[in-house]
Amino acid sequence: MSEMIRAELDKSYPGCRVLAGAQLAVEAGTVHALVGENGAGKSTLVKILAGIVPADRGELMLGGARMPLAAWDRRAARRAHISIVQQHGAFAGSLSVVENAVLGAEPTKRGLLDLKPTAAALAALGDKLGLAIDPWARVDRLSLGAAQRAEIVTALHLGAKLLILDEPTAVLAPVEVEGLLRMMRELAQAGTTIVFVTHKLDEVRAAADAVTVLRAAKTVATFTGAADTAAIARAMVGGELPVQTSITAPASEAKIALELRGLSVAGDIVTEPGPGLATHAAADRALAQVAVDLRKGRAKATPDPRAHALESIDLTVRAGELVGVAGVDGNGQRELALAIAGLAPYTGTVSLAGRDLVKRTPHQRLAAGLAHVPEDRQRGGLVLDASVADNLTLGRIDITGRFRIDRAAVARFADARIAELDIRPASRDAIVRSLSGGNQQKVVIGRELSRPHLAAVLAVQPTRGVDLGAVARIHDQLRAAASAGAGVLVISADLDELLALCHRVVVMLRGRIVGERAGDELRADDARAALGERMTGARGAA
Amino acid sequence: MIASSTDRDREALAVAIALLASLAIGSALMLVAGKAPGHVWWLMVQRTLFTDAYSLGQVLYKATALVLTGLSVSVALDAGLFNIGGEGMVIAGVVACAITGAALPAGTPAVIAIPLCIAVSAAAGALIGAVIGVMRVWRNAHEVITSIMLNSIVSGVALWLGNELLFQNGTTTGPPIAPGAELPQLGFGGSSANLSIVLALAAVVALWWLRSRTTWGQALLAVGRDPAAARATGISVGRVQIYAMIAAGALAGLAATNFVMGHKHAFEEGLGRGVGFLGISAALLGRMNPFGIVAASLLLGFLSSGGLAVAQEVPKELTEMLQGVVVLAVASAGPIARRYGRAPKDVPADPARTTGVA
Repeated sequence: MSEMIRAELDKSYPGCRVLAGAQLAVEAGTVHALVGENGAGKSTLVKILAGIVPADRGELMLGGARMPLAAWDRRAARRAHISIVQQHGAFAGSLSVVENAVLGAEPTKRGLLDLKPTAAALAALGDKLGLAIDPWARVDRLSLGAAQRAEIVTALHLGAKLLILDEPTAVLAPVEVEGLLRMMRELAQAGTTIVFVTHKLDEVRAAADAVTVLRAAKTVATFTGAADTAAIARAMVGGELPVQTSITAPASEAKIALELRGLSVAGDIVTEPGPGLATHAAADRALAQVAVDLRKGRAKATPDPRAHALESIDLTVRAGELVGVAGVDGNGQRELALAIAGLAPYTGTVSLAGRDLVKRTPHQRLAAGLAHVPEDRQRGGLVLDASVADNLTLGRIDITGRFRIDRAAVARFADARIAELDIRPASRDAIVRSLSGGNQQKVVIGRELSRPHLAAVLAVQPTRGVDLGAVARIHDQLRAAASAGAGVLVISADLDELLALCHRVVVMLRGRIVGERAGDELRADDARAALGERMTGARGAA
Repeated sequence: MIASSTDRDREALAVAIALLASLAIGSALMLVAGKAPGHVWWLMVQRTLFTDAYSLGQVLYKATALVLTGLSVSVALDAGLFNIGGEGMVIAGVVACAITGAALPAGTPAVIAIPLCIAVSAAAGALIGAVIGVMRVWRNAHEVITSIMLNSIVSGVALWLGNELLFQNGTTTGPPIAPGAELPQLGFGGSSANLSIVLALAAVVALWWLRSRTTWGQALLAVGRDPAAARATGISVGRVQIYAMIAAGALAGLAATNFVMGHKHAFEEGLGRGVGFLGISAALLGRMNPFGIVAASLLLGFLSSGGLAVAQEVPKELTEMLQGVVVLAVASAGPIARRYGRAPKDVPADPARTTGVA
């Protein structure tokens, strides 16, 4: 095997050394995992490889040839057939998937833009990889998971020789993860080199030929062949993992914290092809056809099979209970969260501790005892250009005071949350944009779960893109909220997270609840597989 | 929200780069005009700031209005709205202030006349701001379009009112306001500088305090920086934007006190014209910081007044061009300063998210 990449890189931002001689060596045609805690420098390292971020110093060899680092930019990386799929997406929002795919090299037919062949090629490639996509969907209307699928397919369509995936599995369902890992193996066998950043060691074990572990800006270990996950974990955290506290017994007939009755949200999730699976490719093609018909105005009268993004949801969360909502990203979970938080119009009822929240504004809902951890911390969870303290107290008039900000109280509160959640850097004046993803998420958690008189917590993808240590801390906070008497509703694409955290898990598919498991049933060995099947609509009752 | 020290450093750096660039371009223009730049600059500084009290007074007079219209632009931009409606707001304030002042009986005491005229000026501007804000929030009409159109409508209405009601004996000047509504002038060799400067400075301090020390300010800045996050934390984005436009209108309307109550004491065609647009420059140059806007307004006032002071040496148009040069330089210096400033650690800056295809 020949060597694809050998790199040794330095990168600093003012006041912060992100990479200090971090090394990475990748063999061609292998799957290489890059692991490490949040802030270890993984994302920066892969961004340098992809030419998005310039390195300060160092050396970059591609296929044995030394690359000039000073001139290493996005264009140079693309010429070298290096593609990256980033954590937060890089598609231009108002364009369709296929328009993004041809950006900068638009195919024409008799002088006119001709997207159809590209669209067909993308759809075919997606089918082949088991990553169903709708090439005509507008990117800003896709869920994060669907957008990511589209980006991966696009990158491969453009002929990537080195495909970099920055936490690709964070927004995918278990079956999709399996599909993605299998796809990575197949691509490697076909000659594509893959570098993927991850937090999940079982993925490393399942897919990686080699592993590089980063800790605090340096490469601390590399493993090849059969990975010893315990050794990798020790290398990542520089010691033993924090032990997760055991799950408390499910609440008995406690009072109802959050109740949804006949909750429906209008709107189309037509752009979301539902379960991104080859087994349902036929159904998806049919639906995509409906979407195309609708777009062309042919089938206005045809009833849209998904006129409702959320259809008649009934769900009860009792005080002290942790209820999980599982499902492939884009099956109505976002609409469910927005409706509960009062951010989207809905029909049916949402009641909090027995009181109907009809016509209550988001502010009134929060004041009535709801905490909301939004789906995407960078789009709606945080004001990125404001400080940690400001974000921790945003809208929290119980801390700031109603009009004049009590700066001493804000400082005390912020310092307490920073200590409690181990937010790094431990500075309340740090600008949130400069924090790593995990620490940003801790800021959201710190603001929301510290609300007084909490009746219910709505946590959407609470640990997406967060390192192992932070996951444990965030889970502890959610458990603590439950044992303090709040009903906790966790919406997550990570089924393992829900199995580890929740007393009861329901499954959403195409805007409906299609399955449920609770208690011992949830602890049974087959729970994971059964729920996973329900998530894809592959099987009957779970 | 408290800006970090690196943020402040970066802003200061941007302004410093811009001013140096403007100085260089201005000097080049003077060379082209066949004058020695050092001599002209020195004359400008000397005459405006040291030898000629009148010129210094005119700097203050011009800066007073610019501070208010600059704050107007900045408070709207804090909420994410670009207010181009300063012109209309100022003119609305001028008309309302002059009509109210003239309608008052001649013997009205100052304690009644002054607060009343101030309030009417602010209210007239606020009304224009409210229209822009409401159309933006309720009808999703873009504020740049509506505010530009309102500028035309307001100046048209002002001229119509002048022709129909106010202008006296074939002049373009309306009836004088009651003496009690006049603001005392500050002297400075008979210049137009007047006590409305206190009002402007009070507005600066009030806005600084509101922005940095109150939940209103926190909500305002959150709405401007990330409406989605503001909404998710329970802030009513639409309401904040409407309030911000009302405040912007009131601030610009207050500039009328400088023109009508402090200087002309009557409605006059063209009074206050241009100060709304120049307020955008003051706000940009002041980097949206209330105290920065004061400094920027003084600088713009200095260029305008100083240009007149050296009019025998270089054409007045040259110094007017300089005002434009300063704004262009400031607008383009931001990215340069950012490149050398703080950059994010693990998270890409926004542009990286939107460029290109993976």
